[in-house]
Amino acid sequence: MTSVALLHRITDYANRPDPYPLYAELRRTPVVRDESGPYLVSTYWEIKGLLHDPRISSDLRNLTPEAAKAGGQEHDPNLPPAFIRLDPPEHDRLRRLSMRPFGPPHTPRRVFDMHGELEEIVSGLVDGLRGRDTIDLVDDFSYPFPVTVICRILGVPREDESHFHEWADTIAAGLDPVGTAEEREAQVQGVRRARGELAAYLAGLIEERRRSPRDDMLTAMATEHGPDGQMSPVEIITTAALLLIAGHETTVNLITNGMLTLLRNPDVLQRLRTEPGLAVPLVEELLRFEPPVQMLPQRTTLADIDIDGTIIPKGASLYLMVASGSRDPQRFTDPDRFIPDRPDNQHLGFGHGLHNCFGAPLARLEAQLALTALVRRLNGPSLVEDPPPYRQNAVLRGPRHLPIAISGVTD
Amino acid sequence: MRLVVDLNRCQGYAQCAFLAPDVFTMHGDEALMYDPLADDAQRENVRKAADACPVKAITLDYEDLGAADGKAGASRVG
Amino acid sequence: MSVDGYLETFRREGRIVVVGASLAGLRAAEALRAEGFQGTLTMVGDEPHDPYDRPPLSKQVLLGKVPADHTLLARRRPIDAQWRLGAAATGLDLAARRVQLADGDAIDYDRLLITTGVRARPWPHELEADLDGVCVLRTRDDAVRLHHRLTAGPRRVLVIGAGFTGSEIASACRERGLPVTVAERGPAPLVGALGGVVGEVAAELQRAHGVDLRCGVQVTGLEGDSAGRVRKAHFSDGTAVEADVVVIALGATRNTEWLADSGLGAGPRGIACDAGCRAFDVRGIVTDDVFVAGDVARSPHPLFGYQFLSLEHWGNAVAQAETAAHNMVSGSADRRPHLWMPSFWSAQFGVNIKSVGVPPMGEQIMVTQGSLAEQRFTAAYGYQGRVIAAVTFDQAKWLDFYERQIEQAAPFPPEFTTVDRRTEGLQPVPAGFPDPSLPSHGPTITLSGHSPTDRRISFTPRRA
Repeated sequence: MTSVALLHRITDYANRPDPYPLYAELRRTPVVRDESGPYLVSTYWEIKGLLHDPRISSDLRNLTPEAAKAGGQEHDPNLPPAFIRLDPPEHDRLRRLSMRPFGPPHTPRRVFDMHGELEEIVSGLVDGLRGRDTIDLVDDFSYPFPVTVICRILGVPREDESHFHEWADTIAAGLDPVGTAEEREAQVQGVRRARGELAAYLAGLIEERRRSPRDDMLTAMATEHGPDGQMSPVEIITTAALLLIAGHETTVNLITNGMLTLLRNPDVLQRLRTEPGLAVPLVEELLRFEPPVQMLPQRTTLADIDIDGTIIPKGASLYLMVASGSRDPQRFTDPDRFIPDRPDNQHLGFGHGLHNCFGAPLARLEAQLALTALVRRLNGPSLVEDPPPYRQNAVLRGPRHLPIAISGVTD
Repeated sequence: MRLVVDLNRCQGYAQCAFLAPDVFTMHGDEALMYDPLADDAQRENVRKAADACPVKAITLDYEDLGAADGKAGASRVG
Repeated sequence: MSVDGYLETFRREGRIVVVGASLAGLRAAEALRAEGFQGTLTMVGDEPHDPYDRPPLSKQVLLGKVPADHTLLARRRPIDAQWRLGAAATGLDLAARRVQLADGDAIDYDRLLITTGVRARPWPHELEADLDGVCVLRTRDDAVRLHHRLTAGPRRVLVIGAGFTGSEIASACRERGLPVTVAERGPAPLVGALGGVVGEVAAELQRAHGVDLRCGVQVTGLEGDSAGRVRKAHFSDGTAVEADVVVIALGATRNTEWLADSGLGAGPRGIACDAGCRAFDVRGIVTDDVFVAGDVARSPHPLFGYQFLSLEHWGNAVAQAETAAHNMVSGSADRRPHLWMPSFWSAQFGVNIKSVGVPPMGEQIMVTQGSLAEQRFTAAYGYQGRVIAAVTFDQAKWLDFYERQIEQAAPFPPEFTTVDRRTEGLQPVPAGFPDPSLPSHGPTITLSGHSPTDRRISFTPRRA
């Protein structure tokens, strides 16, 4: 079925503050072919099915040339894809190798043991807000917190942030489906340049770690051998770049969306103050209600697939609209209500299946600690403007700034 | 505190092993082992793990839930 | 009195007896209360313990990571029941609606649920079975004993039978650094449950972890020393091995002996029931006050040719218990069928093995993702041109997809390509199940034809 330019409306910046009515429109037909080419899947069970469907590839080299060109998703000839854009077995091998220094089974306590360290970072950032009557949550807190964390985990100097910030933003913006052919071409070139520069920067760091090892992931990836052997030098670079970007471009939105949602729901904010344990299910609900990743625009089909009566042909570009799926009334009762202790919340906020978010445990912990501390310590917080100004990006969606008026900071 | 994991549901996302490593451990890349009678000091971590489980496979004893019905999550088939 | 009126009264003040206080019995009791049953509920169990979970026994408990008494099952809700633990049921009077207990008591019921499950099949030679060091693993007490034996540092453990339990025990032994020999009558471990192709992978896994695996042999005799301790086992190929712990892992026997003269359709293969969990009597007539759930039940399944399936599956026990409980307190129009997709898991040698569907029905198998040699793969089983089952080794995230394929009776071999398809996955090959007329240990699913009164079964180890 060919349809309306819904994708265009979804990516239209004017709709960034509230894309959810558009998703509702989209869900009337679980699979829609957008006039720009890709097939959009917007309902919960269909998305979940496709996330577990071995006929779906994350490797854009499987797109037909036409679909690749139309989506501006051509393969970068200079640098191979990171594991997020690979299929098994390469994906599985690289993800296992990346997991070795990060989580179970090899390093089960890495994230768990960072609890205290994360609390200190949060506490330091909130201390810095003393004496202010207005703060920008994004620049003052939501951005610096996860950047500091991912830098420490990876072993990237925090001082270099001014360098990689721009590269990371450019690469993240490259996920965004944009308008004309010229714009797409410019975007592709920009992303390639940024990837190249980030890669050169990381290559230098990795070489340093190889010479003088430290207790960080870059060192581990560069020096350790496991049952899967070792990553190649270029694999270490693409993986480190992926983790560096994903480690903060998404969490910043989770925290900011969280505070925004709490300020819009003062009763919930008040509950969280007195009931810190609520942060745990609340963050899950946030991942359902205002997910930092709105859609997964990088899938393609290895075969003709029949979804709910629509045949998606082999090699087509597939957008899984996860933020829409998580608001599907066929799956969630009262999907447009923010219910902090919602039962049975199997949201799609971290994806599902093979490519489920690598950093999910860290993002959860960061968001739980951040929101708990913010509501406990910020006195009389209120939104200065609603909606706040958003970032351009429709895929990694979140406010660019979140000005909040406060009457003080509690110790 | 008592808990039980439906290992038919479990797909090895390992979120529980990250969040409550003293109760849940991965045995290899995908197999989960856990202590069905976790120390009470682990209560907060276990609840975090149960909430984070992407397939809601972890059931806590109703006495630890503070609710009468700890029914497991909906599933598409039966 | 109208039937509807009866149901209301029954729900308010009826008497339900659940015989079998393990996973299925407990979950049924919880479901009965959740469904609003307010009458008396009596739980009868032959073991002295509160309901506990068995899967950890052969894994974390044997490894010494978790004490056996940590396995008590988490409760979903209070059940307000009268417990008769440590009192086995010894007889059933269908006409009088009365369960006889070993301690001489009798309990009257209006509706009965039987969830007596299975027990470990003992070593058939009684004198040998009595030797010190000869063990089985089914109950919590078994696990305590075996764990104790393993902790004492035996020179070698012999596991007889390489089904799931036997393989998991061997895995735990190796992880504890104990020398272990596994003797399997079939051509490979897990062959009854997953067939020969996958069995070969399981064999490789065992050998790679240092198991002395001997397939195609039977243990012809166990030999004790003068103090009555087991010390040696003799095999049908003329060889022998010295071992001071011998674990009998020859599968399970249904606990139906107590029903022998009851008139219920109960035999060694279990108790036949309809899809609504109502037991058949020996005449093939369905009862309306006796229900069955869990490992002891055998019930017809439309996805698998309406054959009676006996499932030794954790998930089946839970799902069937819930259905039985619902049907026990519902009118006939509100009853629902038990249409559970067979699913199981096993963790051994660091690998997570999962399966859906009925692999033993499979004529052919095709490795659709990954590679057998890497011990990470997904394989589909085909039966008469459709997908009937699937198995994964460390690839559980794909299993949902294959479950849908089974539900939809999707064509086999699959017509599509997938990620991670290797050359070995281009053609189906024979699945390699042994002759179904020979009962094998640990198949986890037994197909037992279409007759509710099928009592045929034999298990006679060949003796040298």
